[in-house]
Amino acid sequence: MTSLPTSTQRKLGLVIDLDTCVGCHACVISCKGWNTENYGAPLSDQRPYGADPSGTFLNRVHSYEVQPESAPAQLVHFPKSCLHCEDAPCVTVCPTGASYKRVEDGIVLVNEADCIGCGLCAWACPYGAREMDAAEGVMKKCTLCVDRIYNENLPEEDRVPACVRTCPAGARHFGDFADPDSHVGQLTAARGGFDLMPEQGTKPVNKYLPPRPRDTLGQTNGLAPFLDPVAQESKGFVAWLDRALAAL
Amino acid sequence: MHPAPSVIIFTTLSGLGFGLLVWLGLGLLTPTGWVAFTFFTIAYLLAVGGLMASAFHLGHPERALKAFSQWRTSWLSREAWLSVAALIVMAIYGAGLVFWGAVWTPLGWLGAALCLGAVLTTSMIYTQMRTVPRWRTWLTPALFLALSLGGGALLAGQTTLALILLPVAAILQIAWWVRGDSALARSGTDLATATGLGDIGTPRAFEPPHTGTNYLTREFIHVVGRRHAQKLRAIAFALGYVLPILLLGLPLPHVAAALAVLSHIAGILASRWLFFAEAEHVVGLYYGKRT
Ligand code: SF4
Ligand code: SF4
Repeated sequence: MTSLPTSTQRKLGLVIDLDTCVGCHACVISCKGWNTENYGAPLSDQRPYGADPSGTFLNRVHSYEVQPESAPAQLVHFPKSCLHCEDAPCVTVCPTGASYKRVEDGIVLVNEADCIGCGLCAWACPYGAREMDAAEGVMKKCTLCVDRIYNENLPEEDRVPACVRTCPAGARHFGDFADPDSHVGQLTAARGGFDLMPEQGTKPVNKYLPPRPRDTLGQTNGLAPFLDPVAQESKGFVAWLDRALAAL
Repeated sequence: MHPAPSVIIFTTLSGLGFGLLVWLGLGLLTPTGWVAFTFFTIAYLLAVGGLMASAFHLGHPERALKAFSQWRTSWLSREAWLSVAALIVMAIYGAGLVFWGAVWTPLGWLGAALCLGAVLTTSMIYTQMRTVPRWRTWLTPALFLALSLGGGALLAGQTTLALILLPVAAILQIAWWVRGDSALARSGTDLATATGLGDIGTPRAFEPPHTGTNYLTREFIHVVGRRHAQKLRAIAFALGYVLPILLLGLPLPHVAAALAVLSHIAGILASRWLFFAEAEHVVGLYYGKRT
């Protein structure tokens, strides 16, 4: 049913730390690796070794440059996957009921057996989090690795989404936002986690942590004096060589 | 948005077909026998042909029946219901005219209302998209309805009606274009809100996540050159509105009316191409394509 639940018991989602993401794309690869052989249709590639390769991914990493008014530009790597919105517009537009939001944990999923591949849900998502698979003709999206997080056949440390498990920088965190004391709830509160495109009214569950303020040129560290050159004036052979070379 | 031929043809032709059915249902013309058969055949070819064309853009057309299930929330599902209901009711009404020369007025009125509902729900599929600020205005359903009624009047040979409705549609078209050109800027969504990095400074897309194309770039990031678009707008406006209105004033009513219809269809196809091609989906911001 494509009516949205009025509330969900849990709000599972991700915190993505824009301060620590190094832009290595490991999460992109592990996501594709896990999801192409588990939940639903595989994530196909078209002409992977051809001149114009293309393919389905559920998670992609953009990079942005931010130019502060009076400081050097900053580079911010920006992973983006489904934000499992509370007011998910992708769900209500679906004519078949294939797209739905789970009452128990808030995960937004596509029942691929019902999907007619009309693409409307992807039109409705402002974040570009849904991609129609060109081989299967059905809509693919992040499942929050619903087949890992409850999977008792996996060791406990693996019961998190593949992207979270793989991130070498620890930039992705998984948890329940309905519980303010959860790891993700506390991170969001402590670091000022924010919503993407809040004006679109989607109420995303996933939160992004802003890059921490950078130090500026001229701002010195307490250890800086110790880094000054010990010998200011050269002596002996080195001094002679200096003078000789300068005279050339 | 990618201007998919299937959707352009669908919205244009089925809009016209439903418009013709509205006037038939309202009893503005009550042809009987073969004349009625011809009118209804044209209307059904347009309306059903358009619906079939739209089925081509589905990934799984064989599951299309499932699209009737979510009418409570989905405009696409409502459109499916209203189109089918309109086509069934109008088929019964048409059979009355063709075979018995009978005018079942209440049925015709019901059919006309359902036809208008079908056009309205089609337009609402686009209007509801907050992600495409250019579409999100009451002008979109107003334009779709005016075009359907005006084009339908043209097809039904209702010259006076067409001469009133086509200018109305023309004014709505211009208003829609003018409003649309600043819709994204006024929507409040930009790269700063998309990335949340606006507090630090001015964000700029530095490196895309992939070097090739993907579904998103193909479907949502269609960029039309401004001059190209202006030229097409002029062509769409001349063919879709101005020429048909002028032609209706000529003697030789039949030839002129046929030419007016053809010119109108060509113009509206061009306008519909622009409807999609010029529509900026906000996901383009993430790819640095909307500045
Ligand atoms: S991010 Fe997009 S696909 Fe995911 S729930 Fe929100 S609107 Fe739907
Ligand atoms: S593409 Fe599938 S999931 Fe998306 S709106 Fe259409 S039927 Fe629903």
